[in-house]
Amino acid sequence: MQPKRDPVTSLREAFPDAIQEVVEFRGETTVYVTPAALPEVARFLRDGDGLLFNFLVSVVGVDYLPEQPRFAVAYHLYSLLYNHQLRLKVRLNEGEAVPSVTPIWPTANWQEREVYDMFGIPFTGHPDLRRILMPVDWDGHPQRKDYPLGYETVQFSFNFDEIDKNKPYARE
Amino acid sequence: MTIAPEMIKWEGTLEDLAHLVSPRALTGETVLLNMGPQHPSTHGVLRLLLELEGETIINVVPDVGYLHTGIEKNMEAKRYEQAITMTDRMDYLAPMSNNLVFCLAIEKLVGLDVPERAQVIRVLMAELTRLNSHLVWLGTHAIDVGAMSMLLYCFREREQILELFEIVSGQRMMSTYIRPGGVWRDLPPAFMPALERFLDYFPARVDEYEALLTNNPLWIDRTQGIGIITPEDAIAMGLGGAILRASGVNFDVRKAMPYSGYETYDFNVPLGIHGDTYDRYLVRIQEMRESLKIIRQAADRLKKLKGPFRSENRKFVPPPRSELGRSMEAVIHHFKLWTEGFKAPKGEVHVMIESPRGVIACYLSGDGSNKPHRVHFRTPSFINIQAIPMVAKGHLIGDMVAIIGTMDPVLGDCDR
Repeated sequence: MQPKRDPVTSLREAFPDAIQEVVEFRGETTVYVTPAALPEVARFLRDGDGLLFNFLVSVVGVDYLPEQPRFAVAYHLYSLLYNHQLRLKVRLNEGEAVPSVTPIWPTANWQEREVYDMFGIPFTGHPDLRRILMPVDWDGHPQRKDYPLGYETVQFSFNFDEIDKNKPYARE
Repeated sequence: MTIAPEMIKWEGTLEDLAHLVSPRALTGETVLLNMGPQHPSTHGVLRLLLELEGETIINVVPDVGYLHTGIEKNMEAKRYEQAITMTDRMDYLAPMSNNLVFCLAIEKLVGLDVPERAQVIRVLMAELTRLNSHLVWLGTHAIDVGAMSMLLYCFREREQILELFEIVSGQRMMSTYIRPGGVWRDLPPAFMPALERFLDYFPARVDEYEALLTNNPLWIDRTQGIGIITPEDAIAMGLGGAILRASGVNFDVRKAMPYSGYETYDFNVPLGIHGDTYDRYLVRIQEMRESLKIIRQAADRLKKLKGPFRSENRKFVPPPRSELGRSMEAVIHHFKLWTEGFKAPKGEVHVMIESPRGVIACYLSGDGSNKPHRVHFRTPSFINIQAIPMVAKGHLIGDMVAIIGTMDPVLGDCDR
């Protein structure tokens, strides 16, 4: 077994251009990477000697409105062998897409669908990008910060127009 | 009958799912069958679209979201201590585990210490929750594959655990007992005698379950060799808990990243060999015995361990009512905490714990206000249901209920 390596220094050596920022908070390390470099970085972290982040714990979308860039997608990685954790994070604006990591960690499939459903962030290269929790014909993406929390008409089959009239959902 | 265009939009069509089934399904050579959302053995409102050739399952398309209630969105509009009540309602069979992961995340975010007695009470409650959840799993899994009486026995014992929860929190299921900085109140005097009675009574019941099932030829026929998951697949699909360990992967968050003082308890992590439904059954039964060991150790410690049951840090934890009559300071803290709440710094934390169903993780991001900026729960049921197509392919339709039962999904946990 290869000795454990520090993921941040390994990443800085291997991808000097892709690493935007490294943040430490409460003992957790967050590495900001550019969306374009995400697949290579993810593959490196999964297979690299002394890293082996083979367990993708969660994929989380965050909306930082009114900040720019607006959205973030956070990947929480864990290594069963070396027992260390890392958070990868990409920042992106409205309308931009993130490369999917489903080919690298199959468990990302539904989690990326959830992020797409809740925030409208598209994932390129995802095998099955559909809504997962909301109905197929739902308007808007509910976890965005400009999407209101309540006071909405309950949806039935034939009252779309009425809902549309009253609903201030995220419009550009 | 002609279908109105807006109805087609509403229902969705088979074309949306064409890439998930074989081309033969579209020509009618294989049969597409809906299982659920009202099927009794789908453990809630889980809908599975099965593609069948004869009785053999070729493809499974799970459809979740029927219980989506926007808990994560709702939490963003509530103060930290208000949001705890919503965690109970996600995984309604393991409310204390959900309380615990959310409180651990809050404590990590604001930097709050928990006194030792509270830690021990938390471990005790988390393990009782594991027993509670495993009892419902065993009862429903067994009745699904035809062992009717198991359900009655398991629910009989579960009722005693729920009574213990009622003694400590006043509620059988939605307890909200674990709070930031400790627990809601100290254990009432009636609790320890009731726990002792339970600990005297329960171990023999686990032996009875094993006597009914472990060597039962019908049970072995229905579970052995069904739904085999290789260790590589289990890790790739992010499965956790008993499902991962039944495949032989030694990963338990309580051992790997101990929280709440789990490193000080003596317990083993049972592992399986084959990764089939039978091994998952054996692993969960062994887990119940190990949980009993932890509960016994925690109960012994509580008898000796005196001290506060929640943090004395008045900026985050309200003062006891007895102080309100004598201290102006206490009145101010009480008022501030129950009207405005406490503020958390800007930053993000991620906490993983071992829930009865697998790895539950909470991502919590604060923005300096008294409400969370973003809460996300990585819930084990969501991940486990995702693996059902991989597990079920090639099995007979009659084995589908065994596979759902062994994945032990709770749809409230999945859909949030």
